[in-house]
Amino acid sequence: MTDFERKIRADFPLIESSRCVYLDNGATTQKPECVLTEINRYYETMNANPMRGLYELSVEATEAYENARTVTANFINAEDPREIIFTRNATESLNLVAYSYGAHALKPGDEVIVSVAEHHSNFLPWVEASKRTGAKVVFFDCAPDGSFDLDELKKLVNTHTKVLAVNAVSNVTGQKNDIAAMADIIHEAGGVIVVDGSQSVPHESTDVQVLKADFLAFSGHKMYAPMGIGVLYGRKELLDAMPPFLYGGEMIETVSKERVTYAEVPHKFEAGTVNAGGALGLKAAVEYITKVGFDKITAKERELVKTAVEGMKEIPHVNIIGGENPDDHHGIVSFIIDGVHPHDVSEIFASENIALRAGHHCAEPLHRHLKVMSTTRMSVGMYNTCGEIEQFLDVLKSIRARMGYKDDRQYFLQ
Amino acid sequence: MTGNTFYNEIINEHNLKPYHKRAVEGANFTLEGVNPSCGDDIVLELKVEDGIIVDGGFTGDGCAISQASADIMLDLIIGKSQEEAIRLSDIFLRMIKGSITDEEKEELEEAGILESVSHMPARVKCAVLGWRTMRELFGRTD
Ligand SMILES: Cc1ncc(COP(=O)(O)O)c(C=O)c1O
Repeated sequence: MTDFERKIRADFPLIESSRCVYLDNGATTQKPECVLTEINRYYETMNANPMRGLYELSVEATEAYENARTVTANFINAEDPREIIFTRNATESLNLVAYSYGAHALKPGDEVIVSVAEHHSNFLPWVEASKRTGAKVVFFDCAPDGSFDLDELKKLVNTHTKVLAVNAVSNVTGQKNDIAAMADIIHEAGGVIVVDGSQSVPHESTDVQVLKADFLAFSGHKMYAPMGIGVLYGRKELLDAMPPFLYGGEMIETVSKERVTYAEVPHKFEAGTVNAGGALGLKAAVEYITKVGFDKITAKERELVKTAVEGMKEIPHVNIIGGENPDDHHGIVSFIIDGVHPHDVSEIFASENIALRAGHHCAEPLHRHLKVMSTTRMSVGMYNTCGEIEQFLDVLKSIRARMGYKDDRQYFLQ
Repeated sequence: MTGNTFYNEIINEHNLKPYHKRAVEGANFTLEGVNPSCGDDIVLELKVEDGIIVDGGFTGDGCAISQASADIMLDLIIGKSQEEAIRLSDIFLRMIKGSITDEEKEELEEAGILESVSHMPARVKCAVLGWRTMRELFGRTD
């Protein structure tokens, strides 16, 4: 183990104590001690309902919560903390945009372009928004390696185009999209770009201004923060114009029997009691990532993926989904093995204490488009080691033989 | 490596060379069974004459457990009466839930090797797919 690996792993209690080789970071990541401590600190020393009480505890809780917003805004270089809305997860963030921006901007005959590689969370909300408003969903197809051709996008946009929904990194292929270039195309047509950053924000530095993103959604739990806290970034003038998503407490200015005035952003979109402990956990995760440094995190994850992809290419009957080049895979490598069902593959890995994900990864349109039923996915986090990747490759080599195939080159495990 | 998977020779054999994976000529009972969690999708075909299952087969795709289990089931029920097939499937389903006697397990013949699925909650649906589809064919939807 390298010093970096040892040092990082020591920060993650579950990684330190578990025998599991955890390679399912695309689903959720483990949490460092500092995040767990921060959540505890919130409940042990500052818990009160933020925004509601006039007493000191509640004021403190409010300040801590709003500070988490500022830290998060700086993390993605948002111009204004009010552009950060706390949600439960990326799914809720994307539903919020599709519902509220959809209600504000979509009308019959409009078109919403959705990339075929979207997670269902950035696809189904647009299907429903289109049903409600009379707009139409148009698919933006990718090449067999999962990459998108900007010229194809130019052909799809027209005067009816209102939205492009696309991920920054695919949760299946690990392919990274040129969001800034896509944003230029959609902006020229007068539409907005809604970016699903679930698989990019945890792994590389994000600057919403460089990306020219109008909206960006991501989940805390995939970036070392607790489950139950997510983020929607939205450009302030867009958020200002949108109707609320949920109605109730804490999102109003004044209410009488006849009239209500809604609160300003971001509180307009944060109805009900907020997840202050989660927001503080997210803040701690952001601070932890910043302390380690994205230069180191991204370089480490790249090295892991490179080791994996190069090793996988050497193994007969293993087919990688997406690009040939290790650099086409940002933290994620999905694959199929000839003649072995992905659930059997992940079962064998599970028996060797290696956690992988199998299935369609909530991206059925992409699987259909690529003509694979389901795949097995390995996805790395900052605490994974090259040794773990070697273990992964050793088991991978043995799978066909374990499933009864008699190949020319047989691999057996010692 | 210590990993003890239950992909043994019998399962692998039934998965790689399923004896009953074919369309059945003159089938009078046909039903598709789907397990969305794994994406297993089979069509079970049975030919029943005077209450006896005289022939059977399945087509489709799925994981090794779903495929082997369906093949093993057909080995067991072909030549038996409809009622007997249902009775055996009762035992099989109870086995997967983890409660049968040794005598009962004996009755299941090769299907008994799927007992370890009872410790693999994520794979139960795969193992019972063929059996549930057969029960449904005969009007049992429990
Ligand atoms: C690309 C992508 N979008 C959205 C999601 C949904 O995230 P969550 O379940 O945290 O809302 C995921 C993860 O499952 C994902 O990988």
